[in-house]
Amino acid sequence: MDKNKKSRAPVSQQSLKVEKPTDPTSIGGMITVELNEKKVSVPLGTTILEACRQNQIHIPTLCHHEDLCIAGVCRVCAVEVEGMKTLQASCAFPITASIKVKTSTSQVRKARRHIIDLMLSEHYGECYSCLRNGNCELQSLAQEYGVDEYTFGHCDKPKYEIDKSSYSVVRDMSKCVLCKRCVRTCIDLQEVGVLESIDRGDKTHIGTFMEKPLADVICINCGQCINRCPTAALKANDPSDEIWAAIDDPKKHVVIQTAPSPRAAIAECFGIGAGTSLTQELNTALKRIGFDAVFDTNFTADLTILEEGTELIIRLYKALVGGDKSVALPQFTSCSPGWVKYIEHYYPEYLDNMSSAKSPQQMFGAILKTFYAQQVNVDPKDIVSVALMPCSAKKFECNRPEMDSSGYKDVDYGLTTREMAKMIKEAGIYLPEMPKSHFDSPFGDASGAGLIFGATGGVMEAAIRSVVEFVTGNKAEDIFANANVTPVRGFEGVKYVELPLGDKVGPVPELIKHLVPNWDWLKGATLKVAVAHGTANAKKIMDDIKAGGIFSQCHFIEFMACPGGCIGGGGQPIPTSLEIRKARAKAIYAEDESLELRKSHENPYVTMIYEKFLTDGPCGHISHKLLHTHYTPRGKFIS
Amino acid sequence: MEPIFSKQQRTGPVLFSKYNRGDAIKKALETGRENVLFEIKSSKLKGRGGAGFPTSTKWMLTAAAKADQKFLVCNADEGEPGTFKDRVLLTEYPELVFDGMVVGGYTIGAKEGIVYLRGEYEYMKKYLEDYLHLMRKDNLLGNSILGVSDFNYDIKIRMGAGAYVCGEETALIESLEGNRGEARNRPPYPVNTGYNGRPTSVNNVETLAAAAHIVVKGGDWYAKVGTDKSSGSKLFSISGDCNKPGVYELPWGTKVSDLLKLVVAKETKAVQVGGASGICLPASQFERTLAYEDIGTGGSIMIFSKNRDMLKILKNFMEFFVEESCGQCTPCRIGNVKLLEGVEMIEKGTFTFEYINKLKELGATMQVASKCGLGQSSPNSFISILDNFKDEILNKIEA
Ligand SMILES: Cc1cc2nc3c(=O)[nH]c(=O)nc-3n(C[C@H](O)[C@H](O)[C@H](O)COP(=O)(O)O)c2cc1C
Ligand code: SF4
Ligand code: SF4
Ligand code: SF4
Ligand code: SF4
Ligand code: FES
Repeated sequence: MDKNKKSRAPVSQQSLKVEKPTDPTSIGGMITVELNEKKVSVPLGTTILEACRQNQIHIPTLCHHEDLCIAGVCRVCAVEVEGMKTLQASCAFPITASIKVKTSTSQVRKARRHIIDLMLSEHYGECYSCLRNGNCELQSLAQEYGVDEYTFGHCDKPKYEIDKSSYSVVRDMSKCVLCKRCVRTCIDLQEVGVLESIDRGDKTHIGTFMEKPLADVICINCGQCINRCPTAALKANDPSDEIWAAIDDPKKHVVIQTAPSPRAAIAECFGIGAGTSLTQELNTALKRIGFDAVFDTNFTADLTILEEGTELIIRLYKALVGGDKSVALPQFTSCSPGWVKYIEHYYPEYLDNMSSAKSPQQMFGAILKTFYAQQVNVDPKDIVSVALMPCSAKKFECNRPEMDSSGYKDVDYGLTTREMAKMIKEAGIYLPEMPKSHFDSPFGDASGAGLIFGATGGVMEAAIRSVVEFVTGNKAEDIFANANVTPVRGFEGVKYVELPLGDKVGPVPELIKHLVPNWDWLKGATLKVAVAHGTANAKKIMDDIKAGGIFSQCHFIEFMACPGGCIGGGGQPIPTSLEIRKARAKAIYAEDESLELRKSHENPYVTMIYEKFLTDGPCGHISHKLLHTHYTPRGKFIS
Repeated sequence: MEPIFSKQQRTGPVLFSKYNRGDAIKKALETGRENVLFEIKSSKLKGRGGAGFPTSTKWMLTAAAKADQKFLVCNADEGEPGTFKDRVLLTEYPELVFDGMVVGGYTIGAKEGIVYLRGEYEYMKKYLEDYLHLMRKDNLLGNSILGVSDFNYDIKIRMGAGAYVCGEETALIESLEGNRGEARNRPPYPVNTGYNGRPTSVNNVETLAAAAHIVVKGGDWYAKVGTDKSSGSKLFSISGDCNKPGVYELPWGTKVSDLLKLVVAKETKAVQVGGASGICLPASQFERTLAYEDIGTGGSIMIFSKNRDMLKILKNFMEFFVEESCGQCTPCRIGNVKLLEGVEMIEKGTFTFEYINKLKELGATMQVASKCGLGQSSPNSFISILDNFKDEILNKIEA
């Protein structure tokens, strides 16, 4: 977490932020404390929990999550601090003096067991009929503390109705233990603020504005709250039963596109540490499950670069050469459906800045039920189009009423990484041991540029690789070592990069020659771009643009709703942490480097589709009908 | 200015002794901050809101904290069941409370004092505001108070939203900032990071009133009353089965039995000291003294005569906590529900001794593991009533 950020979470849900000294050797920089009678030295401001973890002392936690501000509400991390009358929440106790801590006295153990017993007494749920069975922090705590009976009783009836109103997130508050991680995720990490505690005492529960169903409030469907919920109180809206039914129906032609981020993370669901991509193993598994064809979403990611890039060039040309003041710049990316809903709610006055290009998922959907249907000679009404995504917002996106440009629902189901893993397990397949196979034609394997869409900065990098080649006529490799555009990579919340295009310009590529006569107007220009991941960071850029700051001078800005980009999406395996997200990103970049084809415009299947189907080129009439969309301004309190 | 209630002829050794509006402010400005701190320190005044933290230490810490702004908050939330002494001070002795706030603000270096007034006391808001207006006219508030050019200070009144927990100082600050009334993590304490992140001294109404007297008459004068560890006097809000309920000023160290005589309580079976979060004394303990070294209290005394049903009383308290817990931490939110369920089991006769003992252990956990004073003190009455009135409760079940 960014410690300097002013948090919007109430102060009761934060802990003291003691500035850790930058130079630990300065006087008072290090403090000697006793942890279970062992003397250790820690930097001032380290919490008791951190100090213990660094010294191999395990303390159970529940409301604590490393991505979030510290609430200190579950109290399961209680420890004894000598001289203090009460136990202290170790997660919320910054060390500023030479204290003596005991982490496993009989009082501490009894208190922890009591707290776990209390949570279980109010928790409605049977583990064996629960989605989080085997991956639940409440369950693990109960196991760790040897709970073998309900000391203080157990509820036999659900307290709340399950809220299934949202396409993306299902809320089953009877399983909620009120750790408030979701509240802090939404207001502090994402700065959306859909969820809050409502009522008091035994009636306390997590609710929405005016207790409305989730679908009716300003939830952006990012699913970050799901990723951080320790129990099954929050989960994604799972379509796998419908997908099984389609697979089992011989009349249906069931196709699936897979996005890069799930492929880089699904191994985690099979007990493998973060950072292993199983792309080609997954291809085989999906065919064995019964999908009729498996495609790579990266194909339409490459297509997105051409459509979105062309759109940007048109905008710049109109503004810089035509002097058209009505052109909205900077252009914003539109492939993250969480971000799309965020801007619709919070900055609807900037919707003109959004690229009209659909997300890769939706472009693929539109092409599958048109071009592909013709190619394989299947009635599009019989095609069931599934998208494996790292994302819960994709479920909402495919259900947007405007997403029917093929004449049918372009994408029928958005499926998360977790749900896919469950289907694979259900089919009796151990994914890591599958043989490898390629994606199906006619879209084949795509470029590395599409692949890196999964990590924050990836869309920007893909766009830059193509744009610099288009404009300068040079190879991207000549400008960036290995064509790795490293300035836009990495996990800083907001990145701003200036790229001088130089004085040499090349010829305008055939594909867009009808749109711009030459590149002379870009001679000596500097491309200004920015990247933000997580809507809290997006907000920083948007507020800066509103105030006329440096970001308002940008040409193109990439926004991703989820921290880390898609690899940290709301449909990804649980748990999540910065370390896990970094490992997933690393896997994606490694896969990109291993490919021959690393630029979207070099993808031969992309060339093919412009020749055979989208015959009037990027941003032409056909692509406008199929590959572009529009947005809906929404309210600040309700949807 | 007429008080809203006709001022009864109250007498008492300290608080209800003679005092003229503005005296403490004049004295403080004449003698300086150091002197105020010295007198408060030698008075050994402890916070009257219940926790009994030394007031001089609190003011010193707030004064020592470095910040661009500091605040003094008068805690007038008076939410503990059975207390009504702050109401008496505010309506009958506003000069004491407000002068105390000015002196405190001056000492810690605040420019603003805030009264956090219990929602139910809305009716006195206008009266208090008129009083503040008078003080401004007399230059006891406002800019360059009494001609001291660098002392600008004003007081405003903010209404509480009606939750008991908002009397807890960090929840109070959270509420002042417009958030849900929930206690904060400590450390940091409000003396360093309080209202709007600035050093803040939260003081009870009575503490501030006592401070006004102390500044004028000296710490030694104050410390002469009471006991060594509990100096001065205390206001007791006495209610229940007695002939003369009301607010009394008594020196610390008063025996419970003497207090019962004073208010003409007959056939008393139990005395609940400290409100719902306090402890319940049986007749065998009436010789104990009201003092920090024995039974410290914020001043609520409830008297129960022999025909009261102790289990009902306990149930009433537990229902209060089940509802008033802010609901953020596990031990308090769920623990109180379990204790109440235990009481109901006893009521119905569906309990086991083993389970009740488990609940008492749970109570002990709540006392140490809850996030704030509410959950830490809510098991007190459960534990003390079951311990002290075991026979009555069990006899009733057998009957
Ligand atoms: C649940 C709870 C309720 C409280 N309510 C009050 C209150 O109504 N008035 C008050 O002065 N202090 C109350 N307190 C104590 C305050 O937290 C704080 O200690 C006090 O205002 C400090 O002032 P003092 O040092 O002058 O006593 C309460 C504490 C708790 C835990
Ligand atoms: S949420 Fe966890 S503890 Fe509850 S039923 Fe599911 S697996 Fe079991
Ligand atoms: S999905 Fe995202 S926006 Fe919606 S409640 Fe969860 S964190 Fe908030
Ligand atoms: S829904 Fe999940 S994350 Fe939110 S408070 Fe409940 S258990 Fe915690
Ligand atoms: S002890 Fe009770 S009132 Fe205090 S923070 Fe916990 S739940 Fe809230
Ligand atoms: S983990 Fe520390 S209070 Fe919950």
